[in-house]
Amino acid sequence: MWGIIRQKVAAGGGSPVARIRPVVSNLRNYSSAVKQMMVREALNSALDEEMSADPKVFLMGEEVGEYQGAYKISKGLLEKYGPERVLDTPITEAGFTGIGVGAAYYGLKPVVEFMTFNFSMQAIDHIINSAAKSNYMSSGQISVPIVFRGPNGAAAGVGAQHSHCYAAWYASVPGLKVLSPYSSEDARGLLKAAIRDPDPVVFLENELLYGESFPVSAEVLDSSFCLPIGKAKIEREGKDVTITAFSKIVGLSLKAAEILAKEGISAEVINLRSIRPLDRSTINASVRKTNRLVTVEEGFPQHGVGAEICASVIEESFGYLDAPVERIAGADVPMPYAANLERMAVPQVEDIVRAAKRACYRSVPMAAAA
Amino acid sequence: MALSKLSSPSSLSTNILKPLTNSFLLHRPISTDTTPLTIETSVPFTSHQCEAPSRSVETTPKELLSFFRQMATMRRMEIAADSLYKAKLVRGFCHLYDGQEAVAIGMEAGITKKDSIITAYRDHCTFLGRGGTLLEVFSELMGRKDGCSHGKGGSMHFYKKDSGFYGGHGIVGAQIPLGCGLAFAQKYSKDETVTFALYGDGAANQGQLFEALNIAALWDLPAILVCENNHYGMGTAEWRAAKSPSYYKRGDYVPGLKVDGMDALAVKQACKFAKEHALKNGPMILEMDTYRYHGHSMSDPGSTYRTRDEISGVRQERDPIERIRKLILAHDLATEKELKSVSDLCL
Repeated sequence: MWGIIRQKVAAGGGSPVARIRPVVSNLRNYSSAVKQMMVREALNSALDEEMSADPKVFLMGEEVGEYQGAYKISKGLLEKYGPERVLDTPITEAGFTGIGVGAAYYGLKPVVEFMTFNFSMQAIDHIINSAAKSNYMSSGQISVPIVFRGPNGAAAGVGAQHSHCYAAWYASVPGLKVLSPYSSEDARGLLKAAIRDPDPVVFLENELLYGESFPVSAEVLDSSFCLPIGKAKIEREGKDVTITAFSKIVGLSLKAAEILAKEGISAEVINLRSIRPLDRSTINASVRKTNRLVTVEEGFPQHGVGAEICASVIEESFGYLDAPVERIAGADVPMPYAANLERMAVPQVEDIVRAAKRACYRSVPMAAAA
Repeated sequence: MALSKLSSPSSLSTNILKPLTNSFLLHRPISTDTTPLTIETSVPFTSHQCEAPSRSVETTPKELLSFFRQMATMRRMEIAADSLYKAKLVRGFCHLYDGQEAVAIGMEAGITKKDSIITAYRDHCTFLGRGGTLLEVFSELMGRKDGCSHGKGGSMHFYKKDSGFYGGHGIVGAQIPLGCGLAFAQKYSKDETVTFALYGDGAANQGQLFEALNIAALWDLPAILVCENNHYGMGTAEWRAAKSPSYYKRGDYVPGLKVDGMDALAVKQACKFAKEHALKNGPMILEMDTYRYHGHSMSDPGSTYRTRDEISGVRQERDPIERIRKLILAHDLATEKELKSVSDLCL
């Protein structure tokens, strides 16, 4: 939350004193009384509005109904829409995901919740072979307007089997769209876009972001608000180095950009929002401006999202690069449990700062990671 | 001979579209005769957790002749596909249905085009039964744009959504939860229709089947799971793959019916019964006792895990087309010569 306030103030060119202004002082800005919304609430309101607008939209997953959602994302929906549209499933991902895809074949618009995307591996055949490929294989006869959503990536202390990031896995599949929101505006706009989209969408949320609040404008709060799929957002403009990130890492990248600014490095932070399709034009335009690239992600390094971004930039903007591309990812180990080890297994603000400095030739170059 | 007939599309499509009644080959007006006829199934139904339907099936001469004609067409189509595959005009996988035609035909007779069918990769005849044309089948097999999937799907991915055929699936067992999902959507939309999800004895052991069946039973979905038990899961006989090969009982709390899958009338009766049941009481399992003459696919000779005597024995004793042919002749609905003309030209 502190990071957010700093970001807001910095964008408006605030003075150093303003940086330590506590959250509560926001209330004194009557002229810009912007509402704060938690990501959880953003997702809940998006689901609510889309279910209200289209009777074909329904939600299914473990604990989405009576439990109000494992992470309370679907709070109140069962009461409002009834058990025919908010369905508690048994713990059988392969079965209920297949049922969701079959319902989408028929023309309904299911939103299938995975308690975490780690469990989606039990259903991955249906996501890829039954959902993603059907439109192509049937030459357009079958369309699959389904959304698979849930928390993705590392949480806190949940261990190796509950911390995997699936962005690169799903983003490699033609026929899928893969989105990953950061802020509440992202969460609302992208989830609405996903539900309205006629193709299967994998919607990767982040458990640690659910409780974070972000400012939302009146436009974002409107029920017709929607963000385009395939378009990244430049969260912070800069001219020295491009940092690409998605989900929680966007927050860390913005913090890193603050630190870099103090050292005279102006970093441009791109919030990818859409992993597939990847907004190659925004990324390349940015690198052509800054001439340096740092990609950051939480997931494993090999064949990751950063690998694709680096390849895209090298293919399209090689002549503009003034330094080798820098790729930061999670450590190439199953996620450890101990807090100190976990901290070392996931990119931290310092890692982003260090990589950006390397790209700007301000520090000793590191040997390429294994 | 068959191939040269197929190569002239205009004559082919007009022939296929011509109703039987206009055919100059059948002089007698028996082809449109809708006088009811009652015929007994070959064997009684065996039931699990429900009352079996009656062995006496209502039919008409028109229906019996259409069974004969359609099954003969399906048989010829699969044999032609075999030749095309050997001529390397069909690539990849090609899973043939000859021997199992009664299941596709009997099912169509017991349901409507508003009901949905979903099956695995042995889908050529199921597609034809749902209203697909021979042109669409052969074009798709040969990767042409007039194929039902415009050449992008291939043998395993035929679809016809406008008449409730949802494919055509390559992953063993995946079509079962998908079928339960179709049933969910039918119930959600209050359409009063049902879904038949077909699978083989090999797929009957898949975990996702039981996951989907559990949900279907919990939520009372109008889903009918149909096990086309041809006794071999690729090269593995049913007794080597299933501890309990009584597939109609495997639903435990879900009622089941065992049906002679080589008897189109028994299949029709069972499907009608299952549809009524599913609309009122939720899911049901039908086990069709059937047989495939070809191997699992064109890459499998089909004789390394079963004897040629077994195959020819079934062909002699239980062939579905032969069964209908005998019925038609026994009830004097057409002459031998007339029937031979029908099966030769597939009109």
